Amino acid sequence: MATRAEMAVEEQRGEVSVRASGDNRRGYNRGVPGDSGVQGQAGEARTGMEPMIEIRKLNLKYGEKLALEDISLDILKHQVTAFIGPSGCGKSTLLRCLNRLNDLVDGVTITGTIRIGGIDINDPNLEITELRKRIGMVFQKSNPFPKTIYDNVAYGPRIQGLPRRSAMDEIVERSLKSAALWDEVRDRLQESALSLSGGQQQRLCIARAIAVEPDVLLMDEPCSALDPIATAKIEELIAQLKKQYTIVIVTHNMQQAARVSDYTAFLYLGALVEYDLTKQIFVNPSKKQTEDYITGRFG
Amino acid sequence: MKRFWKSGDPFIWLSGGALAFSLVMVAGLVILVLVNGLGSFWPSPIARLTLAGGKELMGQVGQREKIPQPGAPPGASERYRIQVRVGNRDLYGADFVWVEEANIVRRDFPAEAVLIERQEWGNLYGFIKEVRDGDRVVARGPVDGWKGLQASLPGATSTSKDIRRVEKKDIGAINYAQEQIRLRMKKLAMRDREGSPEMAQLQQELETLAAMYRVQEARLAELRQSSGRSLVVSAAGDKEKELSLAQIVRAYQPNAMGLWAKSGLYLSKIWEFVAGEPRESNTEGGVFPAIFGTVMMVFIMSLFVSPLGVLAAFYLREYAKQGAFVSTVRIAVNNLAGVPSIVFGVFGVGFFIYLVGGSIDRLFYPEVLPTPTFGTGGILWASLTLALLTVPVVIVATEEGLAAIPGGMREASLALGATKFETTWRVVLPAVMPSILTGLILAMARAAGEVAPLMITGVVKLAPSLPIDGFWPFLHLERKFMHLGFHIYDVGFQSPNVDAARPMVYTTALLLLLVVLVLNLTAILLRNMLRRKYVSSTF
Repeated sequence: MATRAEMAVEEQRGEVSVRASGDNRRGYNRGVPGDSGVQGQAGEARTGMEPMIEIRKLNLKYGEKLALEDISLDILKHQVTAFIGPSGCGKSTLLRCLNRLNDLVDGVTITGTIRIGGIDINDPNLEITELRKRIGMVFQKSNPFPKTIYDNVAYGPRIQGLPRRSAMDEIVERSLKSAALWDEVRDRLQESALSLSGGQQQRLCIARAIAVEPDVLLMDEPCSALDPIATAKIEELIAQLKKQYTIVIVTHNMQQAARVSDYTAFLYLGALVEYDLTKQIFVNPSKKQTEDYITGRFG
Repeated sequence: MKRFWKSGDPFIWLSGGALAFSLVMVAGLVILVLVNGLGSFWPSPIARLTLAGGKELMGQVGQREKIPQPGAPPGASERYRIQVRVGNRDLYGADFVWVEEANIVRRDFPAEAVLIERQEWGNLYGFIKEVRDGDRVVARGPVDGWKGLQASLPGATSTSKDIRRVEKKDIGAINYAQEQIRLRMKKLAMRDREGSPEMAQLQQELETLAAMYRVQEARLAELRQSSGRSLVVSAAGDKEKELSLAQIVRAYQPNAMGLWAKSGLYLSKIWEFVAGEPRESNTEGGVFPAIFGTVMMVFIMSLFVSPLGVLAAFYLREYAKQGAFVSTVRIAVNNLAGVPSIVFGVFGVGFFIYLVGGSIDRLFYPEVLPTPTFGTGGILWASLTLALLTVPVVIVATEEGLAAIPGGMREASLALGATKFETTWRVVLPAVMPSILTGLILAMARAAGEVAPLMITGVVKLAPSLPIDGFWPFLHLERKFMHLGFHIYDVGFQSPNVDAARPMVYTTALLLLLVVLVLNLTAILLRNMLRRKYVSSTF
């Protein structure tokens, strides 16, 4: 099994290429299961890489409207994967499939399988709350609870039944440090979370998400409401966090995707057009459509 | 002209004018209540009026009005009359007389004129003739008599207080215990255990109580004996009145009093009004039982209405599938707020009192029947009726609060692995708390001012005892109670002495306003505290 360092070297050499293959019913390439069991990524260098999330033939309908069509892709452990695409292409919907937040919406039907860490998340026997404890999520608009900063971070651990006060203090401190917020709020933990600035609130939401030590961190346009300075901080944070977490980020901002992600998936009209190393996508996209979008010719 | 309209200035003036008009109306109402209410406690001077025929009158001058002269030739001089509160109802028959101003020959304000507020028969105006102790004259004449009265009044007042305490507290307790034992005996008799040892024991206890009663009665007689001093007052119209000092609530000479003394008296009268018991079929004395009843009823109502309204709103907004049915329910709830309150009262009588209360009586108090315990109006049923009346307010306010909570907040909680219930309990409920309190404030304001449904579900003109007292179980929810709103109606329209009671209408209205204000302020402070804890988002 290749170590991460080796892979990084390989990636730098550009030897790792990810090619989407499969049927061309709608004229787009998609990541489709291959024989190796590692989908969306061909090439020998991939074989040693462990996929965290495996999505197979995922279809999602809002009522009669097909929102996601036949999506198959693998998301690798301890990597940052970005979903890009024009508005309404289904990237947020895809993200919300991963922690089954779409269950809340009436009239949604999902077919296909999603495995996270080898477990089928749509298994009816699976406790949905158990799943969500393993998958943290940061939303587009920061949404701290109307509680103190401390209680916001402690919310997840408390839900999971962690009773000890001293342990909780540790968790809160560690989470806030990981979210690069500790130095700014250490003296005002008992103040309302809503008194923080927008960027701080978003980092608090990240701290809240990682307080339960999830395996995967989903980020739905986490910087879209922030100014450039706050955005830069969050991006720095993402680079830090990927050492511990598998991160999936949805973004409208292509520069951001290029800056923070290792892999990029381009979605268009509910279908996966191209999925490859970020470098590959931005430097040498294999699909005309991807190139058009990235160069700003549409979208 | 078109430019003038487009500029928007007329609209600013229109909206500003509408606001100003509303403010003036409300302020006018409050000022009317304030002036009439607070003014009535001020000790105005006693005037002695000598009329054309040589007849004398003494009393406090009230309002002045023009005498209507239909058919009088134009240019005829206008005639006025004044209303004089002459008091001495036992002597003259009426408290107030109208006097035509033209008939008054002389008007003076003798310094020795006294105003005596009595336990019965209202105010007494006159001059002190003598103070007696039994048949012996202690002091004579207006000046010495006043001094003598001042010397012996405190003792007499404290004695009469003692008498009242013995009557109410000590003998009241014995009566209560006797009643309880009789009920237990009745219960035993109903179970055919007439000759049982328990029965004998109860009989024994009853006799002990009877002995205690005799002791208290002897004490009472002794106290009554000791308060033998009396006062003779000569009133205008060559009348005389002798009254026991124990009858006197307070006596003062308003014409001889300075500003400070008057202010002191003013404050003591206000205190009596707020903290005292009513006298003279509510036209005098205080309204404390009514304040207590109002506040307690509002509290009991809040206790029922908040959980009921909040839970219903949570179901409607958080759990029910939004659709035609839920919309219909929502419209129905809103319309419920428009149902005349007397209809709620009728429902309260039919459902709470007759059905629920009647069943409770049959199940738990069969020994008291046919006298109803819960099967008649009481503070519990009145509070429940009002809770029903105000529940739409709480539901609507809570629902609006729930709708205003950003969906992201719920999603964030769910994404952390919380169940729907945990999310509702730990995130949604704290966030919606200010809205719940807003609803409760509106509900309390509505309930405190409501009268019609109370009249048939438990409010009375004069309640013998408060719903909370020292006898087990301390809280007597089945008791009837007094209410400020009903008190206003009662003194204003049901009083045998309308003129004397009129100031009470204003003062009671003022007090009701204050009670509502205090209740609301408390809730608003609480809400602002919650809001400050969770300052609204800065972004």
